Amino acid sequence: MEAENIITTEELTKRFAGFTAVDAISFNVKKGEIFGFLGANGAGKTTAMRMLCGLSKPTSGKATIAGADVYKQTEQIKKSIGYMSQKFSLYEDLTVKENIRFYGGIYGKTNAFIKEKTAFLLHQLNIENEADKLVASLPLGWKQKLAFSVAIFHEPQIVFLDEPTGGVDPVTRREFWNLIYQASERGITIFVTTHYMDEAEYCNRVSIMVDGKIEALDTPRGLKETYNATTMDDVFLQLARKATRADV
Amino acid sequence: MKQFISFVKKEFYHILRDRRTLFILLGMPIVQIIIFGFALTNEVKNAKFAILDQSGDIATRQITDELDASRYFDLASSLKNYEEIEHLFRQGKVKLVVVFPPSFNSDLQHFNSAQIQLVADASDPNTATTLTGYATTIIKDYQLRLLHDKKLPYTINTTARMLYNSQLKGAYSFVPGVMAMVLMLVCTMMTAITIVREKETGTMEIMLVSPIQPLKIIIAKAVPYLLLSIINIASILLLSVFVLDVPIKGNLLLLISEGILFTLTCLSFGLLISSVTESQQTAMFISLVGMFLPTVMLSGFMFPIENMPLPLRIISRAVPAKWFYDIVKSVMIKGLSFQYVAKETIILAGMTVFLLALSIKKFKTRLA
Amino acid sequence: MRTLQFLLQKEFRQIFRDPAILRIIFVMPMMQLLILPWAADYEVKNIKLVVVDHDHSDYSRQFVSKVTASGYFLLNTYTSSYSEASQQIADDKADIAVEIPARFEKDLVKESEAPVFLAVNAVNGVKAVLGAAYLQSIIQDFNNGIRAKWIQMPRLSPEPNIEVVSSNWYNPLMNYKWFMVPGILVVLVTMVGSFLASLNIVKEKEIGTIEQINVTPIKKYHFILGKLIPFWVLGLIILTIGLLISYVAYGIVPAGSFFTIYVFAAAYLLAVLGLGLLVSTFCSTQQQAMLISFFLMMIFILLGGLYTPIESMPTWAQWITRFNPVTYFIHVMRFVILKGSSLADILPQLCIILIFAFVLNSWAVINYRKRA
Repeated sequence: MEAENIITTEELTKRFAGFTAVDAISFNVKKGEIFGFLGANGAGKTTAMRMLCGLSKPTSGKATIAGADVYKQTEQIKKSIGYMSQKFSLYEDLTVKENIRFYGGIYGKTNAFIKEKTAFLLHQLNIENEADKLVASLPLGWKQKLAFSVAIFHEPQIVFLDEPTGGVDPVTRREFWNLIYQASERGITIFVTTHYMDEAEYCNRVSIMVDGKIEALDTPRGLKETYNATTMDDVFLQLARKATRADV
Repeated sequence: MKQFISFVKKEFYHILRDRRTLFILLGMPIVQIIIFGFALTNEVKNAKFAILDQSGDIATRQITDELDASRYFDLASSLKNYEEIEHLFRQGKVKLVVVFPPSFNSDLQHFNSAQIQLVADASDPNTATTLTGYATTIIKDYQLRLLHDKKLPYTINTTARMLYNSQLKGAYSFVPGVMAMVLMLVCTMMTAITIVREKETGTMEIMLVSPIQPLKIIIAKAVPYLLLSIINIASILLLSVFVLDVPIKGNLLLLISEGILFTLTCLSFGLLISSVTESQQTAMFISLVGMFLPTVMLSGFMFPIENMPLPLRIISRAVPAKWFYDIVKSVMIKGLSFQYVAKETIILAGMTVFLLALSIKKFKTRLA
Repeated sequence: MRTLQFLLQKEFRQIFRDPAILRIIFVMPMMQLLILPWAADYEVKNIKLVVVDHDHSDYSRQFVSKVTASGYFLLNTYTSSYSEASQQIADDKADIAVEIPARFEKDLVKESEAPVFLAVNAVNGVKAVLGAAYLQSIIQDFNNGIRAKWIQMPRLSPEPNIEVVSSNWYNPLMNYKWFMVPGILVVLVTMVGSFLASLNIVKEKEIGTIEQINVTPIKKYHFILGKLIPFWVLGLIILTIGLLISYVAYGIVPAGSFFTIYVFAAAYLLAVLGLGLLVSTFCSTQQQAMLISFFLMMIFILLGGLYTPIESMPTWAQWITRFNPVTYFIHVMRFVILKGSSLADILPQLCIILIFAFVLNSWAVINYRKRA
């Protein structure tokens, strides 16, 4: 039996003054999937993602996240998702532990839960010794991994990752993806945007956005077959060349 | 050179794109000139006063009318007893109470001598002194009229001439001060903050690795603010001449060059702050405490320096704005030539060179 | 409630870990309270004189010593000509030139009148007027003395004489610092409220953490309260430090009750925090926030009656002061600290401030959009 859809969108559109950032996109994401959301800069990825997170109201179309409507039930959506933005989102002037405690707290987790989960998380990331250091003093790769762990700390059903591995080295990226797999195995749906085509290969399914529209959506293997390409890079280049919109 | 120009262009884009900031930077001097020019004055007008008339005769009524008729006072209420004074003062309804003792007029008639008591709310000592002064003058005038203009023997006649500002306008002393304040804000604070902002967001590093010399980057950041300052100097001068009627008595070119010199002083200070701070809030705090407050407090434009205790008078000599204020006062208001402000100019130039050298040194050690 | 607790914990940690904020909290009040009251002395005194004495008589010498003995004037120098004296004024070495003509004494005795010329540097109009008035009243006194010597006065004065006695309540020593300190306390509290609070929120926007907060189930009002409460507490701390410094440095003890001061301050802080919040909703960078707050603060403080009396302002400016929360707080602080006004006395101001607080905060909340 096929897994149920956790994200559904139908003709989802966002227009800014005289400019259609997201143009009637329709797709579904299944529970437990790792869904790659690709596109060139300015294709509308971040805008689409912000609508799905309830940060931005769609102009038209429908979308539900874990059964909640993006127009009316944004508060419910917020309880069931985690989010890691492009910009680094932890407080640099708080320690590792304080950041974890803060985010755990605002999702309404009990002190016992926070304590137990923090110990586990520190161990998992192997940063027990840094627990009381300011986040500002950590290397970028560690911060990214920590930010991801914090984003799924409250055990959300879905986690949205907006270019989570920008600017980190291949080894750290590898470790980062291991964390993603672990989360996925626990049943968390992963919705990730990225520029790295090798990362696209790690996803169960990949969509490619061009000029606000979804041009392709399939498994990485399926895409390569359709476009007769050997790598995801080729697939991406073939599609992205069609773009008419300027790089924003 | 081409690279340098492209950097300067980039800085202009930053400023021009941010309409709100630009609007405030250009609007600031205009608002300040209007506030200082029209709203702020130590002169007291239409102050509310009350009388406690225990005599109620013709003389007391005449004096009350004289006070009420003057442009300094407005009669607010008439009291019955002493206790009411306290009540009125506490609510801030009046600033001065004139107390006529019983039998005021008969004393004046029979003994040629009578007493009036002025009770002032001295929680604002400035206003209190001024009001008692005005009231005393009005009462003395009344008394003089009782004399029927008899000419007294052995009289010293004094004639006073008001130099430089015969209409006694407040604007003459604050226009130079507003100029110092605005330039300080635009150059020191804004420059320091823009540079630190680039440090904070990390774009500074990107520029430092580009082939352009670091010093040029810094200068490129300062150029737009230099230009903004010149626009501000111009708007302040135009407003003072055409709106406040404060003429420029001295050489315009000299005045503008001195303005540019002071702008450079401020820019150097801004650069120094930016090279020793890492966060925008710290930069703002240092510019506020290190530059802005001393300018307002110790340059002599808000508060008279000669009244300050010795340590503050000494510190005021280290405040660049004090020298600039003196220069502008001399050139613009008094119409003096360069030789009169040569000393101040040299001091200001010396400060600029010192600040600039220090900031470049700090900047370089940071890179090394 | 628990969410709020976590937000507050985070805010307080960040505040007390930030050296810039700590410096603002402790250095700013010290700087302002210890320096400003000393600097802000408007009293016209120490007026520098240059004397041109063409007469060199007993009277001219007596005249000069009478003037310098008054305490308002400092005799800077004698010059032999008026042009030299005006040079001194141009150089700012003298404020007033007194020219005593030749034959001053002889004319006064023989012709029964003699002139004295004053030239006053009027760049600062107020100082010029008051300085000249002081000098003229001293001349008047000197004149009366001479008259008394030449005319035998009858027992009862021949002309009617009204004696004016003045008494200065609340500040009999006419200490200017008593007047400035309550005003400075207001400035400090206002800075914390509007400046720091708006910068803090905008900083979260700038570094992007606000995005993260926005996708969490935190309610709007939780977030806003989480920001307001710490700065509300901070404002009261600054006020306490300020009151302490004014007691230690100037011996100022409020004549009214501390209760009244804190009740009003608490309400006032709500209003300025609302303002800070409102500013933050309009800005996306700290630079903007700082500049806008600075701009508003400058107008509010200058038009709040800190330096110059509101009664002297033109009608349009007085209208503005009615919409300026700073005006009310300065008024109340001076009244409670110097005059001992009670809560009942300042009730109207308190109501107005509460209206301010309500309007500004509602506006800010409406403006603060969690969703773009």
